[in-house]
Amino acid sequence: MTVPLTTVPMIVLAWHDWLNLFSHFLLLSLMSVGGAISTTSEMHRFLVEQHHWLTQAQFNDSIAIAQAAPGPNVLFVALMGWNVGMNAGSPLAAAFGVAVTMCGILIPSTFLTYFASQWGHRNRHLRVVRAFKQGMAPLVIALLMATAWILASAGGRGAADWRLWLVSLASCLVIWRTRLHLLWVLGAGALLGALQLL
Amino acid sequence: MDKDGAAAHNARMPSLPALPPEPRPELRPDLGPAVLSTTASAPCRPASLRALFVAFTWLALQGFGGVLAVVQRELVERKQWLTHEEFVEDWAVAQVLPGPNVVNLALMFGGRLFGLRGALTALAGLLAAPLVVVVLLALLHNRFAAYPAVEGALRGMAAVSAGLIGATGLKMSVALANNPVPLGWCVAIAVAGFVLVALLHVPLLYVMAVLGGLGCVLAWRRLRA
Repeated sequence: MTVPLTTVPMIVLAWHDWLNLFSHFLLLSLMSVGGAISTTSEMHRFLVEQHHWLTQAQFNDSIAIAQAAPGPNVLFVALMGWNVGMNAGSPLAAAFGVAVTMCGILIPSTFLTYFASQWGHRNRHLRVVRAFKQGMAPLVIALLMATAWILASAGGRGAADWRLWLVSLASCLVIWRTRLHLLWVLGAGALLGALQLL
Repeated sequence: MDKDGAAAHNARMPSLPALPPEPRPELRPDLGPAVLSTTASAPCRPASLRALFVAFTWLALQGFGGVLAVVQRELVERKQWLTHEEFVEDWAVAQVLPGPNVVNLALMFGGRLFGLRGALTALAGLLAAPLVVVVLLALLHNRFAAYPAVEGALRGMAAVSAGLIGATGLKMSVALANNPVPLGWCVAIAVAGFVLVALLHVPLLYVMAVLGGLGCVLAWRRLRA
């Protein structure tokens, strides 16, 4: 179920609701170790379960579209803000929603990352800094594989999933071992899906 | 220099942070051979803020399914603005600091080269155009979501992007060969991390603290020698 463009407002958002939304995303920014995607369960609890500012379908669609679309996947936050605003009644509110959620999810972590990395770069020859950067590497690679696994298992359709797993595995091997452009592989996946072969 | 002159001089100072000059490895024999691999830096760099912005915009617009694989391919393999080792180190810091990983990487990369303006330029490149695209796609999706072909295509692309991320992890594992953490420990930490996060859904913060901490301690000890 999707929200049509000309819409009767499903929700009413007062100024303190917008403030609540903004401050919650500020908090999520500080907790988003490993990326904004790691806070999605908390976003779900806040937006869908607690405040009903978003439907379950809008929540899932935001993540799926942002993943398929070009650009950093953090843009799913922008889509959630967009949908919250559309639910509140107008494209203007939707644009405002995008600004609120994106600024919230980005500002704290941006400041922290910038200053921490500047310090780290100025001190990069300290043994502790080198030990940190190199000591984290095995875990970093493991987390990437874990993210790949979690995304690959998100199909959620039980027995039919083996085809999706095959596509994931095949694209992993192709990108790892060949120089084929990523867009070809993505196009192939989209085509297979559109033809209902998945 | 009188007080006013000093103030005027400071007002003319550039706003970029002054980074220390790159120390030549042979002048720091105490740091040992590990220094050579970590300070062996990439052969190229972006020529200007505009080049940085354009590069990151172009990079982001190719990033269907997530920008990481494209960033790795573009910055490390094609443009050679980063080596494999630098990329893994940067990604490590980007992951452990809060915030979207690719965004953190862009901030760090741009910040190293051009200071705060560089960081924000790289960030803008990464986000501005894709934001417009993603909102347009959301509007289109609203209109066409009922068609099963659209849902199918999204499903296929999600499956492929999972594979892309896996491939990037595999490519970066090359960098572990030069890592001070012994290879056996590297593998053990990696496997444990994967199991805890992907299969057991242990909160990331705990896994990072324990396994990340273990890796750092092991690296510290090896770097002393």
